Amino acid sequence: MFDIEHYFEAKSVEDAVRLLTEHEDAEIISGGTDVLVKLRDGKGAGGSLVSIHEIKELHGVKILSDGTLEIGPATCFTDLTNDPLIIRYVPYLGEAVDTVGGPQIRNQGTIGGNVCNGATSADSAATLQTLNAVVVLQGAEGVRRVPVTEFYTGPGRTVRRHDEVCRAIEIRPEDYAGFTGCYMKYGKRAAMEIATLGCCVRVRLTPDGETIEEARIGYGVAAPTPIRCRETEQALAGKRVADDQIYELIGSGVLNEVNPRSSWRASKDFRLQLISELARRALKEAIRRWQNHEAPDAALPGRKGGDQGC
Amino acid sequence: METVGKSFTRVDARGKVTGEAKYTNDLMPKDALWAKVVRSTIANGVVKSIDISEALQVPGVVRIVTCFDVPDIQFPTAGHPWSVEAAHQDVPDRKLLNTRVRQWGDEIAAIVAKDNVAAERAARLIRVEYEEYEPIVTIEEALAEGATPLHPDIRKDNIFVHTSFKTSPDFDYDKAKERAIEEYGEENLIEVSDTYRTPRIAHCHIEVCTSWAYVDTNGKVTVVASTQIPHIMRRVIAQALGWPVGKVRVIKPYIGGGFGNKQDVLDEPLNAYLSIVCGGRCVCLELSREECVSQTRTRHACKGVLRGLATKDGKLLAREGDIYTNKGAYASHGHAITAGMTTNFKDIMHDAYGCRSDGYSVYTSSAVAGAMRAYGVPQAAFLADCLTDDLCAKGGFDPLQFRMDNCVPPGFVASNGITYYSYSLKECMKRGAEFIHWEEKRREYAHQEGPVRRGVGMSIFMYKVGVYPISLETSSARMILNQDGSIQVELSATEIGQGADTVFSQMASETTGITMDKVYIISTQDTDVAPFDTGAYASRQSFVTGKAVKKCALELRARILDYASYMLGRPAEELMIWQNQICEKIHTGTAAASDRACTVTASSPTGAGTVTDAAPTGTGAADGFDTGNAAVRNAKKLALGGEYIDNTRNDGSKGESAKYSAWLDGKVKEYDIHDLPNGEAAILRDTGVEKDVKPGKALLSMEDLAMNAFYSLDRSEHITAEVTNHCKENTFASGCCFVDLEVDMPLGKVKINNIINVHDSGTLLNPKLAEAQVHGGMAMGIGYALTEELLYNEKGRPLNANLLDFKIPTAMDVPELHVEFLEMDDPMGPYGNKALGEPPAIPVAPAIRNAILNATGVSMKEIPMTQQKLVAAFKEAGLI
Repeated sequence: MFDIEHYFEAKSVEDAVRLLTEHEDAEIISGGTDVLVKLRDGKGAGGSLVSIHEIKELHGVKILSDGTLEIGPATCFTDLTNDPLIIRYVPYLGEAVDTVGGPQIRNQGTIGGNVCNGATSADSAATLQTLNAVVVLQGAEGVRRVPVTEFYTGPGRTVRRHDEVCRAIEIRPEDYAGFTGCYMKYGKRAAMEIATLGCCVRVRLTPDGETIEEARIGYGVAAPTPIRCRETEQALAGKRVADDQIYELIGSGVLNEVNPRSSWRASKDFRLQLISELARRALKEAIRRWQNHEAPDAALPGRKGGDQGC
Repeated sequence: METVGKSFTRVDARGKVTGEAKYTNDLMPKDALWAKVVRSTIANGVVKSIDISEALQVPGVVRIVTCFDVPDIQFPTAGHPWSVEAAHQDVPDRKLLNTRVRQWGDEIAAIVAKDNVAAERAARLIRVEYEEYEPIVTIEEALAEGATPLHPDIRKDNIFVHTSFKTSPDFDYDKAKERAIEEYGEENLIEVSDTYRTPRIAHCHIEVCTSWAYVDTNGKVTVVASTQIPHIMRRVIAQALGWPVGKVRVIKPYIGGGFGNKQDVLDEPLNAYLSIVCGGRCVCLELSREECVSQTRTRHACKGVLRGLATKDGKLLAREGDIYTNKGAYASHGHAITAGMTTNFKDIMHDAYGCRSDGYSVYTSSAVAGAMRAYGVPQAAFLADCLTDDLCAKGGFDPLQFRMDNCVPPGFVASNGITYYSYSLKECMKRGAEFIHWEEKRREYAHQEGPVRRGVGMSIFMYKVGVYPISLETSSARMILNQDGSIQVELSATEIGQGADTVFSQMASETTGITMDKVYIISTQDTDVAPFDTGAYASRQSFVTGKAVKKCALELRARILDYASYMLGRPAEELMIWQNQICEKIHTGTAAASDRACTVTASSPTGAGTVTDAAPTGTGAADGFDTGNAAVRNAKKLALGGEYIDNTRNDGSKGESAKYSAWLDGKVKEYDIHDLPNGEAAILRDTGVEKDVKPGKALLSMEDLAMNAFYSLDRSEHITAEVTNHCKENTFASGCCFVDLEVDMPLGKVKINNIINVHDSGTLLNPKLAEAQVHGGMAMGIGYALTEELLYNEKGRPLNANLLDFKIPTAMDVPELHVEFLEMDDPMGPYGNKALGEPPAIPVAPAIRNAILNATGVSMKEIPMTQQKLVAAFKEAGLI
């Protein structure tokens, strides 16, 4: 048995905001894969929970009229990975969340929870950073949109206020169209693992496929919060992909922009080695995918993934 | 054999797959109270006071007891048979709850409440005042000058026991080295001197440690527990409470794995006590996963300071080792595991000059080390095989050839008399090498460049079966004939997931002639009812309990045939049981009554003279293991001495044949004759099979016989058999692991491309189950090699006591596992079988370690070889 005082099932986002406003000790629960683990450890014992699990509008992936992908935060990892729109436009995000825990956890855990728990090790974090994703928060004072790059304030801490519910995660067409990407999770084993390090590299090449037009590099666990390596990204822009120097450039460049810590789980030295090595490998794979014609166009409204030719 | 040796589906498969099989907590009464243990938040010190006043106010709390309330009785916990000699008894060094805190999480109080929420709320309100000492988590800290003795009443310092073993009393490594220099010249010698380490790991059985206890209306405290050792647990609970054994009852339902953790008595005595102080109400004490990982038992971490000396042409001359083990806060299994480790290190290789190995078991303020799958031998194998491969690397020897030349030889006799009868170690190595393409791969991998490199590695092991002669081996069995001609088999050997119920059923069927579908084994042990057995450990049950099953089945068979004789009016000798029918016995072979005189002649290897010549007119019992006639006993005795035993039939033919018939006890019976592979010794075994007979006409069904036996107005007889078998035999099992892997050096990742365990475990009782046993052990070995280690912080607090951070391999981490067996019939085993339960976990980690050495040239000195440690080592070697 869990030590829970009250459990509220919110019927709508507004309802959830009201319940959170009325119950200051209440926490949001969706999949429960973090909240219940903490409760079992006695953290927040005796508190209350507001469930957003049954709010239909928070589930699934849509395309908005401007081509923006709108991801419902209560979408579980399995559904995200298998969503046709995700597969078509941001497959590496689907691959990234497919590395979370094991199948049971992925059937239960949600992308919104993965973002809102503020963990630097979240498997969606590095990729969402490179996508400039926008977190849409709704609270008692209304709706606000926070870029995910400004969302984190420290380990386990975000700008989300207690009464705010994440109602969407948005990815704009300029952030996914023309890009390929690759997320590399590094763990101590092949499943049931929290990332020792997560690295996402995305590229957009020139139409001839020979030069990097834009590169984006995101990390989890390379610093207290998920981060981007913007200087290295800029250094890569304009470089020819056939030139092996780009791997040296990314491998050493990122080391100036990260701030990993030593813990009993992994030493700083070891993480630095991974930061450098994973960036090289992820860049290589992202370029391979681009050259393999895997970069998508911008989505058109109403279009469903996977049901059309290019 | 008809039933033994066939891959029958597990008798518990259906229940376990469908979820119908009942485990401890499935059986718990709904109104059971819930207990929670309050644990210390320091690693070393003394509890000065405990304030429970606030906790008692929590609604639902029934009772709180502290370390100041429990009986002043110290008790041992090891799942060992009790020794009647005081000097060999397990050390009683803990109470139900302890004021002297010896590890972080030591048990200092317990709360009983109506549910877990109330118990946990109360636990958060308990205030404890300590006198705190320095944590001494490591061997080095515990042995440092001025370290606090953890058990000053038992030992003046933290060395629990130190033992020293030598191949001969006058062996000394330095003298051997001097001799070697003299004999071979220093330039012709290879020496390795290094320190190797293995980690502390947890068992991670699926079912957590749990029990529930109540006091029955007859005043007995009854504990239903997830345990491997119900009868031992009963005795330990009695000792802990200061109660007579008869007032304690233990029931063991199906259990979800134990791997040795449940070969110890854990919180069950405390649970019994909590029920007693709650007026006999039912109390459940289920540990969390976190508690199971760091607060029950662990495998000993060890440090081996080793030296090894070989000639340049690959002859192993001498080794020595000082092996220190971290036994944690309490004695648990005492020094037994450390002693086993040190002897095994010594025995696995044959040193031309000799070997010394000293073992030190060291108390530390950390998790208690106890039994874990293979009882010290995984550590011994790692130490021995690191040293072997480092010698090979330095001397340029092929590790396979070096082991072929220097490993434990055929006919090996251990210092305690255990003889390696059915020796197949070298054949195992040959098979493993063939499978992995050893020579081809060694050549292919000899000159590699680049960040990803491949390598092959191997490791060997030897494992004794059961605990004789170090400790008692005894076992009982009971069989009862039902009215339909089926039987119950009741044992206290336990099914713990390994398939014991299935192979015991096969044995009973084999020997009685009653088919498997009519053999009902009682899986639950209730110490009020089930005959005595010490339980599941030491890979002993199919060997030791198997003998009791066979003996019991022979007795039951004899009683059935006696009744059949009465019903049919024919002598029992003319009858046999075949597939639930009493049949005429037809003699088919050449063995005839005239063959009744047989001779067993034993002579020395040089052929000098007859040692013994015994006529087979002895009065040996039908089972023939302990008793047998003088010839059998003499043959055994001589084989133990390693002398050649010739055997000659009365027709003058020499007995190198595999089967041998003799007229004993009025029956023509079959004996196995085993010429050991080196041709130096042979031994006889009564197979329990009548030779040269086959079933003839069916005369009476078992069902008709049983109905008559129950209800006959003339002769009503309830046919049962119950026997004790005191086992005074032992043998060795052995085997090896070969692995082919690749190392991604910049990421420190190891990928196993091919792996095989080859086992010499005698006759397989059930090949499918045997294979599954090996798969599980190999997976454990992979985790031991690469990822598993229980870690502590500087305060002595466990860091990773959960299944996220304590990294056992997942299905994604385990490659396809290959298994081969060499089925050499062992003369000591009841059906030619010997140990298989634990051995599979032994050789995998050193084989992986040695393959990494082959791939990269980097000699890792410790496991787990985590990615971080590998990256650091590759950096140091300039490889990345």
